[in-house]
Amino acid sequence: MRVGIPRGLFYHYYYPLWKTFFQDLGAEVVTSASTNRRTVERGIESAVDEVCFPIKVYYGHVRELCHQELNYIFIPRLVSVEPKSYICPNFMGLPDMINSALPELPPVIDITVDVSKNDRLLKRDIIRVGQIFTDNKNHIKQAYQHGQDELHKCRNICRDGYNISEAIRIWDGEQIVLPSTYNINIGVLGHGYSLYDQTISMNLIDRLRKMGCRVQVVETLDRDAIEVKAAEIPKRVFWTLGRKSVGSALYMEGQSEIDGIIYLACFGCGPDSMIGEIIERKIKNKAFMMINIDEHTGEAGMVTRLEAFCDMLRRRAGKVEDYISAHG
Amino acid sequence: MKITFPHMGNMHIAIKALMAGLKLEVIPPPPVSKRTFELGIRHSPEFACMPLKINLGNFIEALENGADTIVMAGGWGPCRFGYYAQVERDILEGLGYQFKMIVLEAPDSKAYDLIKQIKALGENVSFWEAVKAIKYGWSKLNALELLERQFDYYLPRARDKHMVEKIYDDAVVTIDRAGSKTEADEATGQAIKKMSRVDLKAGLPLKIGIVGEIYTMFEPAANYNIYRLLGRMDVQVSRSAYVTEWINDHIMGGYVKKSSRKNLIACAKPYLNCEVGGHGLETVGNTVHFARMKHDGIIQIGPLTCMPEIVAQSIIPSISEKEGVPCMTLWFDELSGTAGLSTRLEAFVDMVHRKKLSTNNQIKEA
Repeated sequence: MRVGIPRGLFYHYYYPLWKTFFQDLGAEVVTSASTNRRTVERGIESAVDEVCFPIKVYYGHVRELCHQELNYIFIPRLVSVEPKSYICPNFMGLPDMINSALPELPPVIDITVDVSKNDRLLKRDIIRVGQIFTDNKNHIKQAYQHGQDELHKCRNICRDGYNISEAIRIWDGEQIVLPSTYNINIGVLGHGYSLYDQTISMNLIDRLRKMGCRVQVVETLDRDAIEVKAAEIPKRVFWTLGRKSVGSALYMEGQSEIDGIIYLACFGCGPDSMIGEIIERKIKNKAFMMINIDEHTGEAGMVTRLEAFCDMLRRRAGKVEDYISAHG
Repeated sequence: MKITFPHMGNMHIAIKALMAGLKLEVIPPPPVSKRTFELGIRHSPEFACMPLKINLGNFIEALENGADTIVMAGGWGPCRFGYYAQVERDILEGLGYQFKMIVLEAPDSKAYDLIKQIKALGENVSFWEAVKAIKYGWSKLNALELLERQFDYYLPRARDKHMVEKIYDDAVVTIDRAGSKTEADEATGQAIKKMSRVDLKAGLPLKIGIVGEIYTMFEPAANYNIYRLLGRMDVQVSRSAYVTEWINDHIMGGYVKKSSRKNLIACAKPYLNCEVGGHGLETVGNTVHFARMKHDGIIQIGPLTCMPEIVAQSIIPSISEKEGVPCMTLWFDELSGTAGLSTRLEAFVDMVHRKKLSTNNQIKEA
């Protein structure tokens, strides 16, 4: 049995869990290639214009998998991954949206992840999905537990300064070396599925590293400290990723070693339009830059903005010794 | 305490009645105008959806007129409306306004909680008086809705559209001024009588269903008066939501009158199998429902970047194909214009009209 997993959206958070689960049940796991020009083109072709860029890209990944001989394609319906919080309406309707747009789709495994009230439904759904492969319920439970353990292992890799997507690549056997010299420290926030996808974010994180920055992301910070800071907001933010972004921004605001904060937002993203505004108003003592991207964003414009931001931070910190003014 | 609240269609009439029953002073925002838009757009986050921008414009204009307390609804997601009040408060405070904001969090199907919240607003009001105030507001809503339904019926059929519009507009003002339920009902009755005397055209008008996001459907400023534009083109509009139904389903937990929501969810399957926040599931359900009720076309409306409606929009093409009904999606934002909208509506109506003629001819030939 071959199960396809599109390399988009929550792949960047949960791939180790999904891969281990399906492999333990005896399936062969196939993923689409890293996002490339072709993925983007296919995605834009199939999705409606108004949907956000990462979801368009996801359509592209699904279409790539449609051409491979698969028994199943895995498109989870992520309603809520923790109590009383949601991801976003688009994620809740995703399997139905894809189903209606792509008629050539292989059979879909659409597990509903909704733990907003309790995890009973999720447990039942895991068994339902597992039963496609085996009748042994214990085996299914073990496979899921093993998946959770692997995910935990993968998350621990982040402590060394990697973002979750890099951690997944390391977990999958790749070697990634982070540059050891830097002279400024930048916090980068945004939804992981756009920020860590090298094509969607135009390699934002690696570009900053090449410019001599140390990059801090949500995963490299202390989880509990983020939650404490996020609770300072008068009304709890009910989007999981949004709450983490707000908490991280407030936490970074209090850290003296952080020089500046960049927020990467997607055009048309509902949570981003609110979260960006909240963060922009709360960050008072640090440099803050918001970058909005979509499929029309040009690389050159982005690089210029990043360079200008870094230059500004270095000058503020007095770290530029060889600076010669351009106008005398 | 001088209370204000955001506009949503004719809601302000009912809210004014409700607040009067609670012995509170109300300063409703001036009607949504170009200035409301300008103020809202200038101070809102650029990518926020349009209801937030209009809300904010309403609040600024009301605060300028002397209001000092804002009553706003809340929610717990996943639609971003649940966070409106927080962002709006931050923005208004940043602009230097002094005010108090009261956020009514929608209770989970507990009408009692809501009555308690409303009672807490009125300072010297007993529980019984609060219930009476709610009933009074509710009766005005019902009167307005009855009027609206008749208006939708007569506008496409009338020869003199202007006349019908005038009767409706006058009646809305009379209901607003009415001091009791009897007066409001009487105003409605008289307006309906007047409408029924208007000269009508022969033949059946086209029937088009309007589905979509709730605020855009209720607030004429947010939909550029799409119901009237269609009515003037001799199209009978079926609204998929009325204010009383919406309040009944979402705030009163379906206690007040029989809810059609279950039927809608059943209709939405197998196209959409999960609640997606906002009004997304209802939009899909209503589209299927209207198609099965033999409507000639369906138009989805919503504010640009509205997430639940994007889910519905992605699914509507397959409904259109399987149920055999023409569908169109219209997004509204502050840059939309009436001329462009009219052109698109005319083209859609023409297409629907021709399709109907050709199917009728086919039936005749067979």
